Amino acid sequence: MTPAFLYALVGIVLFSIGLYGLILYKHLLRKILAINILGSGVFLVMVALADRIGDAVPDAVPHAMVITGIVVAVSATALALALMLRVNEETGQAVLPEDREA
Amino acid sequence: MLIDSPHWIIIIILLPILGSVVCFLWREHIVKLALATAVGTVTSVGVLSWQVITNGVQRYELGAWSAPLGIELYLDGLSLLMLLVTAIVGFAISIYASAYFKDDKTNIFWPLWLFLWSALNALFVSSDIFNLFVTLEIIGLSAVALVALSGGANAITAAMRYLLVSLLGSMLYLMGVALLYHSYGTVDMVLLSLRTEMTPTMWLIMGLMTTGLLLKTALFPLHFWLPPAHSSAPVPVSAVLSALVVKASFYILWRLWIVVFPLADHAQANLGFILGLLGSLAIVWGGFQALRQTRLKLLIAYSTVMQIGYLFLAFPLANVMGWKATLYFILAHAVAKTAMFMAAGNILIHRGHDRIADFYSMAQYLPLTISAFALSGISLMGLPPSGGFIAKWLLLEASIVSGQWWWGLVLIVGGLLTGAYVFKVLGYAFIQEDSSNEPYPIGISKRMEWMALGMALLAIVLGFIAPFILRIMDIGSPFAEVLS
Repeated sequence: MTPAFLYALVGIVLFSIGLYGLILYKHLLRKILAINILGSGVFLVMVALADRIGDAVPDAVPHAMVITGIVVAVSATALALALMLRVNEETGQAVLPEDREA
Repeated sequence: MLIDSPHWIIIIILLPILGSVVCFLWREHIVKLALATAVGTVTSVGVLSWQVITNGVQRYELGAWSAPLGIELYLDGLSLLMLLVTAIVGFAISIYASAYFKDDKTNIFWPLWLFLWSALNALFVSSDIFNLFVTLEIIGLSAVALVALSGGANAITAAMRYLLVSLLGSMLYLMGVALLYHSYGTVDMVLLSLRTEMTPTMWLIMGLMTTGLLLKTALFPLHFWLPPAHSSAPVPVSAVLSALVVKASFYILWRLWIVVFPLADHAQANLGFILGLLGSLAIVWGGFQALRQTRLKLLIAYSTVMQIGYLFLAFPLANVMGWKATLYFILAHAVAKTAMFMAAGNILIHRGHDRIADFYSMAQYLPLTISAFALSGISLMGLPPSGGFIAKWLLLEASIVSGQWWWGLVLIVGGLLTGAYVFKVLGYAFIQEDSSNEPYPIGISKRMEWMALGMALLAIVLGFIAPFILRIMDIGSPFAEVLS
């Protein structure tokens, strides 16, 4: 097992943890964190798979993609947090209506 | 010569994004600047169409970096029609919005909308699966912000749900991109099409990308986020979301399905059958839900859930005519749904609510708006002569040619359900009863009524210019790979 393969495996585990959290947790902050963990999993897979040629120098293209992906993820998280605060302001709870406890 | 310049393809992306920034910074003349940007963008798309129609497929290497390292923009008949419908709907929505938004929301709407327009244009000319991810994210983020624009608990929670769904969809797609790049060493669609083959990894890639994009396209049963988001957004935004934004993720899925995924005949038939089945369920479920709604905007939103179903009926057929039918559905639905949301917006402003049961005497007060609603309904039902009719006709023919006539039955059920909910609204609008006798104080600008009617008429006109549009579809034969 190469280190790159191990990293990719960890990436997939992170992706699964994020998916689990996104679906099962109700609080929006937890959902937003879960999306970030899920995204980190994808980025880790991308970085690890850059080693595909097996040379000392990894492929730079996936790295460029990950940087772009991180920029997107940061902006999306900012928007999500702002929306979460508004949801809390409007409904008194930071959860979606279908998850609200009666 | 200016008109022959190869740079128009980049202008349609840069111009709206520039307009967006200028509108954000210089708010005194925001509406004038935004409308000027809209006119400029539509003109550029017009020039580009002229180039494609006379010279065929256009390619553009950004910064003169060629694939596989650089990003190549690619424009064939399919991309061109998507750009054209975006330009037409976008222009109509810009005019409508210039009268619709009155308060400080104007300052937020225009930068976001021009940003969204730029991302849509960029998406339709990208042939690089990573660049498609980026454009899809820009579309998603600006669309979510636009939904939240109307404020209030409903819109904010709908926007929040939409954002979470949209991010999950993008991440699933991005995982697919990562695996595709790892396996085949390129993100260019054309190069991928030469290299992909059916391996276990490929099944995983197809599963991840298809699920992610279906989530964003809101195909039944992944449509749960769409009705609240599309119905609680401000009216021009609802129109953009239903007409264009859901089509953007569908477009990516469609291109992947035709070009990149190495679907052998039997896999194509089986997987396509599943998508066709989900599409049929979307039609029936969306139709019944639309019929049950008591609010007009929710009714129209469920109608979008239903119309998305039609786009998937061609997947089990996988022949050129079926794909052309799908493209015709996209065009006809985009135009008709814009008209319908605009009509709903006029009614909403006129009455201050959108309870269908209280629509009495609407046909007297807003004759143009009700005509627009009826005409767009005709296209959605697929009655001749309208854009919707041509789409259904092509699909019916495609399903008979490939020996799968049962998809035709779905079309008939869908048409009847659409007829039922359109006539439900019209029935209430024609009731003569005005017991209160109080005049409705809020007038609506004539521009908004005429825009709705104009788009509805265009939905009908699409039924007459079919030969011209079908000829554009053949440029660069985007659907030809299916034949092999």
